[in-house]
Amino acid sequence: MARRPLQEINAGSMADIAFLLLIFFLVTTTMDQDIGILRQLPPPVPEDLITPPVKKRNVYEVLVNSRNQLLVENERMNIRDLKEGAKMFYTNPNKDPDLPILTRQTKGNLQESINLLQQAIAQDPSNKQLKSDLKKWQGKMSAVELIGEYDELPTSALISLQNDRGTKYAMYISVQNELSAAINELRNDLSEDKFGVAYSELNPAVSDDKPKILAIRAVYPQRISEAEPKDISGGS
Amino acid sequence: MSKFTRKGKKGTPAVSTASLPDIIFMLLFFFMVVTVMREDDPKVIVIKPNATETEKLEKKSLVDYINVGTPSDTRFGTEPKIQLDDSFAEVADIQFWIKENRDKRDEAEKPLITTSLKVDSDVKMGVVTDIKQELRESQALKINYSVNKGSALDNN
Repeated sequence: MARRPLQEINAGSMADIAFLLLIFFLVTTTMDQDIGILRQLPPPVPEDLITPPVKKRNVYEVLVNSRNQLLVENERMNIRDLKEGAKMFYTNPNKDPDLPILTRQTKGNLQESINLLQQAIAQDPSNKQLKSDLKKWQGKMSAVELIGEYDELPTSALISLQNDRGTKYAMYISVQNELSAAINELRNDLSEDKFGVAYSELNPAVSDDKPKILAIRAVYPQRISEAEPKDISGGS
Repeated sequence: MSKFTRKGKKGTPAVSTASLPDIIFMLLFFFMVVTVMREDDPKVIVIKPNATETEKLEKKSLVDYINVGTPSDTRFGTEPKIQLDDSFAEVADIQFWIKENRDKRDEAEKPLITTSLKVDSDVKMGVVTDIKQELRESQALKINYSVNKGSALDNN
């Protein structure tokens, strides 16, 4: 039996079908990229947790009341000055006794600490705390190797942010934003100075940039802590 | 006559539309790839505050949204309400909602889930603080305050 030649399928309507699908996806697409301020919440604390006392000068206290007013280190402050204030806290350029005392990190004293820790680990190899301490010091060491000696913030130094239940969300975001801006500016300046690129341009996925990012973070850690919520004025 | 004379008037030749489907397909694939289905219609009005120190949320499929604002339908009142997925919810519902969302994802993706708070500028922090406490309780610690790009000093 002679085979009939295959009849060609008419592809003329292909475009129409594709159009139909195209329009469907056009309509359902949302192109808007969600942007925002990323934050890591602290894990829930047990109620009987005893917090060790922290030196007052090591805490940069930011309070926002229900009328969206700022009280920074017990003084009224305009939101416009908050960034400079936070930068002062981080760097303490005038050796103000009310601000944290920075310690100079040099290769010599870091090596000393690392040696001491290694001896301690040799004696007590099962101690996990010592090992994580050693890692921290080694991280500082590689930071010094990369950017040279730097002044380190005390480990207990942090920015403490507390707001009232009646504070407007917009105000809260402004405060968060200004505090982040202070740290980001410091990091950017340091990065420009040492590596010639802004910190925000460094890409954690690039193996060359990763140690740079870690080093800069060691110098200017992001330590914004939010106090456990307290009802101060009873606003809701 | 001479063989150089034109035979009749030749109009412009019709543009071949044979490659039209290919072009359309190309567009189609582009949109198919970038599309993430719109999950929920907003039931609350959210005018986001401005901020400059923003980061982009990378993986949309790993982000859950909590909307807080005044209901767009005034029958539900003018007090700020919380919207989870497609319905209004109370603060107490959040823990269960987080757990449900976590169960939907692969094991490897679970630590990467971000909760994005889309909160109206005028909402009081009381609600937001309550939400944050619930998120901490349910170990959903990666959060994002959704904002628009702009000077934060103009917020107030």
